[in-house]
Amino acid sequence: MLAPVAHVLPLTTLRRERLLPIPGRVVARLDQKVTPVDVIAEANFGQEHILLDVVAGLGVSEEIADTLVQVRTGDRVAEGQVVATRGGLSRKNLRSPRSGRVAAIGSGRILLEVGEGTYELRAGLPGLVTRLIPERGAEITMNGALIEGVWGNGRVDVGLMLPLLSAPDDPLVASRLDVSLRGSILLCGTCSDAAALRAANELPVRGLILGSISSALLPLAMQVSYPVVVIDGLDRRAMNSAAYRLLTTNSKREVTANGEPYNRYTGARPEVIIPLPVSEEPPQPRHVEAFASGQQVRLVRAPDAGRVGTLVTLLPGLTAMPNGLRLPSGEVRLEGGEQVAVPLVNLEVLG
Amino acid sequence: MPTSLVDADSFLAVDVGAATTRATLFDVVEGYYRFIASGQAATTAIAPFKNIGEGVHQAIGNLEAITGRTLLDANLRLIIPSQGGSGVDTFAATLSAGPAIKTVVVGLLADVSFESAQRLARTTYTQVVETIGMNDRRKPEEQIDSILSLRPDLILVAGGTDGGAMRSMQRILETIGLACYLLPPDKRPALLFAGNQALVPEVKASFESLTASLSIGANLRPTLETEDLLPAQRSLADLYAHIRMNQIGGVEELGAWAGGNLVPTAYAQGRIIRFLSQVYDPRKGILGIDIGASAVTVAASFGGELTLGVYPQLGLGEGLSGLLGYTSLEDILRWLPFDIPADVVQDYLHQKSLYPTSIPATAEDLALEQALARQTLYLAMNAASKDFSPRARRLAPGMTPYFEPILAGGGAITHAPTRGQSLLILLDAIQPVGVTTLILDQNNLLPALGAAANLNAILPIQVLESGAFLGLATVVAPLSSSRPGTPILRAQLVYENGNESRLEVKQGALEILPLPIGQSARLDLQPLHHADVGFGPGRGGSMNVSGTAMGVLVDGRGRPLRFPADQAQRRELLKKWLWTVGG
Repeated sequence: MLAPVAHVLPLTTLRRERLLPIPGRVVARLDQKVTPVDVIAEANFGQEHILLDVVAGLGVSEEIADTLVQVRTGDRVAEGQVVATRGGLSRKNLRSPRSGRVAAIGSGRILLEVGEGTYELRAGLPGLVTRLIPERGAEITMNGALIEGVWGNGRVDVGLMLPLLSAPDDPLVASRLDVSLRGSILLCGTCSDAAALRAANELPVRGLILGSISSALLPLAMQVSYPVVVIDGLDRRAMNSAAYRLLTTNSKREVTANGEPYNRYTGARPEVIIPLPVSEEPPQPRHVEAFASGQQVRLVRAPDAGRVGTLVTLLPGLTAMPNGLRLPSGEVRLEGGEQVAVPLVNLEVLG
Repeated sequence: MPTSLVDADSFLAVDVGAATTRATLFDVVEGYYRFIASGQAATTAIAPFKNIGEGVHQAIGNLEAITGRTLLDANLRLIIPSQGGSGVDTFAATLSAGPAIKTVVVGLLADVSFESAQRLARTTYTQVVETIGMNDRRKPEEQIDSILSLRPDLILVAGGTDGGAMRSMQRILETIGLACYLLPPDKRPALLFAGNQALVPEVKASFESLTASLSIGANLRPTLETEDLLPAQRSLADLYAHIRMNQIGGVEELGAWAGGNLVPTAYAQGRIIRFLSQVYDPRKGILGIDIGASAVTVAASFGGELTLGVYPQLGLGEGLSGLLGYTSLEDILRWLPFDIPADVVQDYLHQKSLYPTSIPATAEDLALEQALARQTLYLAMNAASKDFSPRARRLAPGMTPYFEPILAGGGAITHAPTRGQSLLILLDAIQPVGVTTLILDQNNLLPALGAAANLNAILPIQVLESGAFLGLATVVAPLSSSRPGTPILRAQLVYENGNESRLEVKQGALEILPLPIGQSARLDLQPLHHADVGFGPGRGGSMNVSGTAMGVLVDGRGRPLRFPADQAQRRELLKKWLWTVGG
């Protein structure tokens, strides 16, 4: 049976393609060292449109309106520039109300693209630009530790990671935040305190890595100016022990908190990346696994949600759960030594 | 051998669901079509595969292991037609995997074409993200900017009666065309036009190069008074397959195997329900429901007139994090026999959406999952019933119409640990009235039969009559305004061997008369105190009933169900109901 995989890797090689959603310009150079917030490509796009009615503006019929237009599709126009003219005794001009670009002309109307904005594609991870992809972006490669999460608020930043916990379930409370934490990325167990999220925003911090966050706080977490990366759950569970160990042993290192929203279809996930020196390139993460004995697994549902163990064996046939359901299951030895039968669909391989 | 089986074909159906992919084999056994077996595997539409092929191959591989029949060749291609005992003769596929299709609905008049277009959108896995109509007060450029920012997968256009005025529709189409033109070519949506047919040449000329795929359907509102969704439903089903081919790897190959018989799962479910309603008693409707990870589907047909409602926002998978946009925590909590705090339930919804294929392993989690199944099905039934045919007969306004039978699918129901739990979920959510039979589609055969119905009309009938479905219960639900504790019905079962079993049901009670599968009996009903079981207030009647897993259940709890205000009493009542049906 195929197994879902969440990466908690002490040393790996990440090779990522970062692409613009629309064609644009690549500004990164080959072999350039980038931080996650560096812009590697950009594209211009019109933020809004204005439809100019030549028929009404010049008081002419639709049949001749298009012949009176003085600009062509793709032309740049300045504010006040004449875009259509009716000649003769009662000469009349139609002017562009704003500067922009002519997007389309037809049926007696001119569509202007105005309020041009620039989309900036950031590197998203620290590393080396190893390939340029013309008009679209670049491939970035890095070595280090990778811890994937389950929820992110869409922001990314880099900073020193400071642990604010002594156990994987230590809660983040506002009273523990002081000015000495300004500019750092905080590592905490759980969070169900809105005041703590706000206080972190006021310091400000550069990021927050949590084992879990109460789902009621998600709207607020979307609003804060720093990245939030949740490793395990949208409830009150402790951080899984594998991630906890890896993160705490790397405390006070520079880390990237990438709050990329989790998308099951594209595979995008929130993550914490810790660049580390290597003598030779470690393997890339394995994305496809089948369940097998000896794997380190995370239990994703009650009664042992968030706990980590070792898959001892795949049980034959169906196993009865305490609630009466009978499911394909595996025997898992939890870190405390306790052995439990867990439905395979409730397991995730950590690797 | 029946003449229909002269060209006896084996038939393989693959259903690619949000969580599970199933391969189901049907073949001729002793002259009749039978369900042989099904194999299943996890759907692989998501990363890292992003291609349904792996799940399809695994599901068929599991089916091969069960049946000992080779279906795929060495290159993992389906062997079709069958050759010397290997492969199959016919194949069809159904699909519901993937995020809901982001849809812009375009119509003219709010209560005419616009409403019809919305109804059409609800017949498949869509999420309406924008609506544009004649009464829209926004400027055209604002509508364009909205479409550009939303990047829809589909634009569904209706409007104008055949032979009617065209100018308003043309203005709207110009705006839509401009928006499509401005989108990058690889982000352009598919478009279904189902409006004034006089505009078809214009629509073809304008949109063929501006859309990912263009489909022309019959006008949803050929006249102001008539609505006909059925032809456009087929067009939408085809377009759905095209959209998925562009979005999800492997769908194109599956479509090639199916040779045009790749349709949305809900469409196939609707087709078989409509088909059955043409075959069975036209005075009562047939209801099919399915609670899946991707959506809750309600298909109700009255004398061949189908209402199909697909509600992705109510699916028990990744959409759960948004469920509270459609219902309240209190309405979910009312179904829980345990004292689970509201914030824990809220967290559960979000956590489950992260792991939509996970399954409850504790009693509390199971109760929560079943509470969600009840509430989502309840909401879907309420939403769908607004569109039920005027032919639907109801015991009283606002009540669930008469259905016979009710077919139910979806893991939350069919895989509940006990039949009593399956039964209570259905009773609580659907709240049927009168006399009906509940049938479980425990092998998830309805989509396959719906897909088959297009190829072989005999197969669905013979499979349905073969016992591949589980008769869950015959339900008698009297409507009564009596006070709790008042006797409202006397019921008597007269078995084939002459034995009798009788009971008196009081308002508020659930009671069961055993009638095992394989047996039949005569059921005599005598309502008391003007209660109505469908024969009229206080009127009795008799009918022959067949045995089911739970026998004959009399649901005297009243309609709609009401709960004690005191939470402890409410929980006790739920436990009592559960205990009555066997826990």
